[in-house]
Amino acid sequence: MIISIASGKGGTGKTTVATNMAVSLGGDVQLLDCDVEEPNAHLFINPVINEVKTITTPVPEVDMEKCNLCGKCGEICQFKAIVVIGKTVLPFPEMCHSCGGCMEVCPEKAITETGRELGVIERGSRNGLEFVHGKLRVGEAMSPPLIRKVREYARPDALTIIDAPPGTSCPVITSMKGTDFVLLVTEPTPFGLYDLKLAVGAVKILDIPCGLVINRSDMGDDKVKIYAEKENLPILMEIPFDRKIAEAYSRGEMIVDVMPEWKEKFLELYHQIEEMSFHKNH
Amino acid sequence: MKELVVISGKGGTGKTSLLAAFASLAKGKALCDADVDAADLHLIMDPRIKERNDFESGHEAAINQDICTQCGLCRELCRWNAISEDFIVDPIVCEGCGVCYYFCPEKAIGFPLKNCGEWYLSETRFGPMAHARLGIAEENSGKLVTLIRKEGKKLAEKENLDLLLTDGPPGIGCPVIASLGGATATLIVAEPTVSGRHDMERVVELAAFFKIPAMVCINKFDLNPDMGQAIEVFARERNVTVMGRIPFDPVFTKAMVQGKTIFEFDDRSEGSKAVKVIWENLEKGLI
Repeated sequence: MIISIASGKGGTGKTTVATNMAVSLGGDVQLLDCDVEEPNAHLFINPVINEVKTITTPVPEVDMEKCNLCGKCGEICQFKAIVVIGKTVLPFPEMCHSCGGCMEVCPEKAITETGRELGVIERGSRNGLEFVHGKLRVGEAMSPPLIRKVREYARPDALTIIDAPPGTSCPVITSMKGTDFVLLVTEPTPFGLYDLKLAVGAVKILDIPCGLVINRSDMGDDKVKIYAEKENLPILMEIPFDRKIAEAYSRGEMIVDVMPEWKEKFLELYHQIEEMSFHKNH
Repeated sequence: MKELVVISGKGGTGKTSLLAAFASLAKGKALCDADVDAADLHLIMDPRIKERNDFESGHEAAINQDICTQCGLCRELCRWNAISEDFIVDPIVCEGCGVCYYFCPEKAIGFPLKNCGEWYLSETRFGPMAHARLGIAEENSGKLVTLIRKEGKKLAEKENLDLLLTDGPPGIGCPVIASLGGATATLIVAEPTVSGRHDMERVVELAAFFKIPAMVCINKFDLNPDMGQAIEVFARERNVTVMGRIPFDPVFTKAMVQGKTIFEFDDRSEGSKAVKVIWENLEKGLI
């Protein structure tokens, strides 16, 4: 089973829930941190890393000896990533989406592919928990290609927990698509609610069952709860604001280490998800 | 005209709340919400929309089943496996590259422009505001960010305002890059946590990469003063000006719940007093 943990609004507690749930579970569990722009899970899990891979994406390289300046490469490109200027061809590798169109269309076969670095993937473990994350190269604009690579590490026989980025656009969709359950972490505030509605909209488009965790549940108003009831969105956990938890978090400590009674609650959260997924499929 | 863009790296550090607070204090400015993916500034600014526009960007392939002969060339060429065995394009997966459309021997593939969202020019109690809404699950957020900032600048110029305050997105990817290009300066809102520090360092690197002068302020400072100070030390080492510290103050949430800025809610709270000092420092720096 693959559970993705998303939110809409940033800073609601996705990584907190993902890491604490992952370490509370036994058995074959993987944690994939797909927030490749700002991965944080490793700061709490402290995995021993045993594999580091640089990930590239193909971008065009033009052999000007073969090029006849026909301009077809520039015509087909939807992303302004390659253009004929005067007697030369200029690729803009940072704009390239790696579709291969220019290479395919070139009548002189003058275009080959070289790599643009997206970032790195690091893999490791801590106490039997398998950990993988992607770290986007600073200056790289596109996160979905690296997120897709991180997701390739999901093993069908394992329980996979995905820590998604904030927002509702393509990086989040890439992290959530095809997962079995989306756990949405929100806060009971106007910003939390507004962004939650967008996230629920995204989850509905992907047709994945979802449930809610309300973090800092006693700081705000009751509108998130009212919305959840109206939408039949089950509230699977509430975490009241607790300065001790906030301070532990600030030091990179896990809730379940500082307050062991929370391990039971995160286990219970998982069991509820498991049951909901079971009922969807049967 | 100067533009100050507020970013953070880490989500949830208080960008929008702070920008709304600055809007309370700054004279003669326009506002821009460039966090188009999860735009929240309007929840406090309560904009009256004067102009609404469609945001059309990028294309999406669609196969006409009546013309398609199922030769399979599109499926071979598509690098995203966006075309099913039944020759239906999944619009969520389609990257909009146009390769299938270009090469289809039967010309069976349509490639229409996509409507990805809307953008608005509005009036608020604090001045004119440019804001947008990206459609759910859409891409091209970078393009919409670039557009909305351009519109924000036009708004400011039209009303002879010499400052644009722009609310930026979290992260370091294309929406953030698009929010920084050509900005006068960026204010990074950090939080004194291990995650906050890690993410702030990456966004400082991004600002430096694009040569945008950067400043930092630390929100919820008293949660971990040691970490807060470590962030300030790091900032100074990187020529990032430290603008000030804001204590953790429930006034931020309480004001938000009422749709007010912290100054409208309680201008004598510790949070408000700290933000005022930061704004005064910013004003000096921006002139």
